[in-house]
Amino acid sequence: MSLDQKELDEFRAEVRAWFEENKPADPGFLLPQSFMEVGSDEQFTFLRDWQRKVYEAGYLGLAWPREYGGGGKPQILQDIATREMVRQKVPFLTNTIGLNWAGPLILHMGTEEQKKAYIPGILNADDIWCQGFSEPDHGSDLGNAQLKAERDGNEFVLNGSKIWTSLGKHAKYMILLARSNPSANSKYEGLSFFLVPMKIPGVEVVPIRKLTGEYGFNQTFFTDARVPESCLMGRENGGWQVAMATLAFERGAVGGQAGGHAMMSKDVSQVLALARAAQRNGRPAIEDPLVRDRLVQFIMEEKSFALNSARANIKPLVVEWPGSIAMSGKLAATEYQRRLNQFALSLQGANAAYYVGDPNAYERGQWQRSYFNSFSGTIGGGTSEIQHNIIGERVLGLPKG
Amino acid sequence: MANDKRPTIHFSDEQAQLLEVATSFAQDKFPLNKARARVAAKEDFDAAVWKEMASLGWLGVAIPEEFGGSGLSLAEVVTIVEPLGRALAGTPLVSTTLVAQALLKAGTRAQQAEWLPKICEGAVGALALIEPHGDWNLGHLTAKAERPGDLLVLSGTKTFVTDAASADLAIVSVAMDGAPALVLLDRQLLGAAKVEREIVIDETRRSYRVNLDGVTVPSDNLLDPSRTPDTLKNLDEAACLLLAAEMCGGASGVLVTIVEYLKTRKQFDRLIGSYQALKHPTVDALMAIDGARSHLYYAAGIFGDAVENEIAVRMAKALACDALAFASDRAIQFHGGFGFTYDCDAQLFRRRGIWCEAQHGDAAWQRKRLASLIL
Ligand SMILES: Cc1cc2nc3c(=O)[nH]c(=O)nc-3n(C[C@H](O)[C@H](O)[C@H](O)COP(=O)(O)OP(=O)(O)OC[C@H]3O[C@@H](n4cnc5c(N)ncnc54)[C@H](O)[C@@H]3O)c2cc1C
Repeated sequence: MSLDQKELDEFRAEVRAWFEENKPADPGFLLPQSFMEVGSDEQFTFLRDWQRKVYEAGYLGLAWPREYGGGGKPQILQDIATREMVRQKVPFLTNTIGLNWAGPLILHMGTEEQKKAYIPGILNADDIWCQGFSEPDHGSDLGNAQLKAERDGNEFVLNGSKIWTSLGKHAKYMILLARSNPSANSKYEGLSFFLVPMKIPGVEVVPIRKLTGEYGFNQTFFTDARVPESCLMGRENGGWQVAMATLAFERGAVGGQAGGHAMMSKDVSQVLALARAAQRNGRPAIEDPLVRDRLVQFIMEEKSFALNSARANIKPLVVEWPGSIAMSGKLAATEYQRRLNQFALSLQGANAAYYVGDPNAYERGQWQRSYFNSFSGTIGGGTSEIQHNIIGERVLGLPKG
Repeated sequence: MANDKRPTIHFSDEQAQLLEVATSFAQDKFPLNKARARVAAKEDFDAAVWKEMASLGWLGVAIPEEFGGSGLSLAEVVTIVEPLGRALAGTPLVSTTLVAQALLKAGTRAQQAEWLPKICEGAVGALALIEPHGDWNLGHLTAKAERPGDLLVLSGTKTFVTDAASADLAIVSVAMDGAPALVLLDRQLLGAAKVEREIVIDETRRSYRVNLDGVTVPSDNLLDPSRTPDTLKNLDEAACLLLAAEMCGGASGVLVTIVEYLKTRKQFDRLIGSYQALKHPTVDALMAIDGARSHLYYAAGIFGDAVENEIAVRMAKALACDALAFASDRAIQFHGGFGFTYDCDAQLFRRRGIWCEAQHGDAAWQRKRLASLIL
């Protein structure tokens, strides 16, 4: 089905109107900025209800197959809806792991049964998903994961712990990478990938307080937790390939996500407003030449992201380093967020030292908080350093370290 | 910024074709050792290659068909300039294109009819806009034209006039009656000026200081004064666009130089590219180039748009300056002792970068202009 410009414009207008009308009012408490920061039940309930509402309105999973609860429509419609959500700064869709990487993975390589069982609940937010990749001793070195999965007949017995589990408290399922063969030839060959139910005996989720002072992620302990072999995704001991496919979805290097935004990113227009409000030498900070220079740099950089996506679709302009733009998107955007938030603090002058909770903090201290939270992007999902390695090796062909 | 629609990059079939042809032309005619031969050469440019470029129709790409060109736009010229920049080709393509643009904007019918067909066939154009004070503001003019009767008497000095010793025509900016004016000098009038070779940082270029004192020019050689301010603005923007293309090309070229060395040079029994202290900045260079190229092709695609034009080209130039400066600076460092030598290609790219930054404003200058346009 191909749509002409008029139909697309009409759809955009419809979506715009719907979000303008249905955008939730300020709940009176600070909302998290991404799925990695959902810390309280009231935040979670609010966000789950919001996702459900967006899905029921037909603006989520638009391009996923109908038989699993999707809309069966062209991807471009979902892209329009997603963009509108970003533009109107509506709350993000909280089942991020399900919508953006577990779900696409299941659609990509799951069995018919798995698709039927899991996809609808991902879309309507009945079933929240979390990710069990990182461990206390192995994070960047994901291939070294050691949580044990021992076969016992047609079951696996899980022992060990996963850490930094975002949404762990609320999740019904986890995508889990575990060691099923400790004596394999290489560390990568002994791993298996599971879709694990969280509410089973032997699984315990313990919240961890994060740098902002709030709660947000967890440590998940497994003690003789038993799962049937039907929970395997892919081959037994073939988990590394599945994990790599998952990361490709997670980093946006491959398409197929349900849509909707995963993060309330700041943009430079918000910082411009701040620069007009803040003072330097009795004048608006935006008149200071150095402030202006930085602002222009941020504006150019932010525009690069949209222009890079546009150029990525023009074949003759991406012949030399194919994949470069897709592979570097996460690194570019998250480092940008961190620097932009940091600059927003410096603009506040002495008031940069206020923090969330003080009535004098600028905009409820949201910039202080979002500066700290921006590290979730530069650390989570593969640190910026690891991203540099990946781009250097896979795009530029540089030797591994 | 959260716009309704994402910006699109307009990229024509002609651009795609030209990019492909120019890329293989550049590889063919300008291997890097050619750039070195240029350094040693006496001539302003390689006349044989220039002839070929003319016969490919490249000098008339953005000239209307009625004057013998192909009636496309600067967007198509960008796709030629970028690959040539990558190969560090030293040709009068950019200056000649800009001279043609000046004639199209403000030339009289007679000037256009005389010169545009000649340019399509290979006449070399030179631009004389810069002055010894070095100010990037093109309206800051101390060279003068006085008009006693029917003649213009010129005075003052212009600098960084490329290929002036062999150019067929030059466009010179001067102050006249308190306003900027553009004057066309043909080969013979140029010959009446004092033309001295300059020693410049980009050794693939031939650049001259032109002393205009006492040069007398028929007033027919004046470009339309009413259109001069707009034309100077347009020339500045067109130059930013083409220089950004040249620099994006150069940055891509030097990135390959870095990557090749990092994949072959060993120290401590390891390829140096495996060291993150080298690998990570190389990735940063790649990302800087990606951003600059996206801005470049966006600016090329909308060139001529009344509102966005200046913003887009200045952004493209600012980012291209930074990308080439960073990549070529790191290229020197990452070649170690060899990087310090004249033989290492890294210095060629660094020199080209500084030359292009010095033409029509570096990154900080562009950002300052941008601040007043967008904040
Ligand atoms: C907010 C947040 C939410 C998260 N949510 C989840 C989740 O839901 N599920 C999950 O599984 N994980 C989650 N993570 C974990 C995240 O993926 C890891 O923190 C990350 O991969 C880094 O691992 P690490 O914490 O063990 O740090 P380490 O790997 O120990 O890294 C420490 C430092 O060393 C650097 N480093 C490590 N190796 C290299 C190398 N080869 N080259 C250069 N530098 C290197 C790193 O960049 C970093 O700066 C989350 C993290 C955060 C911050």
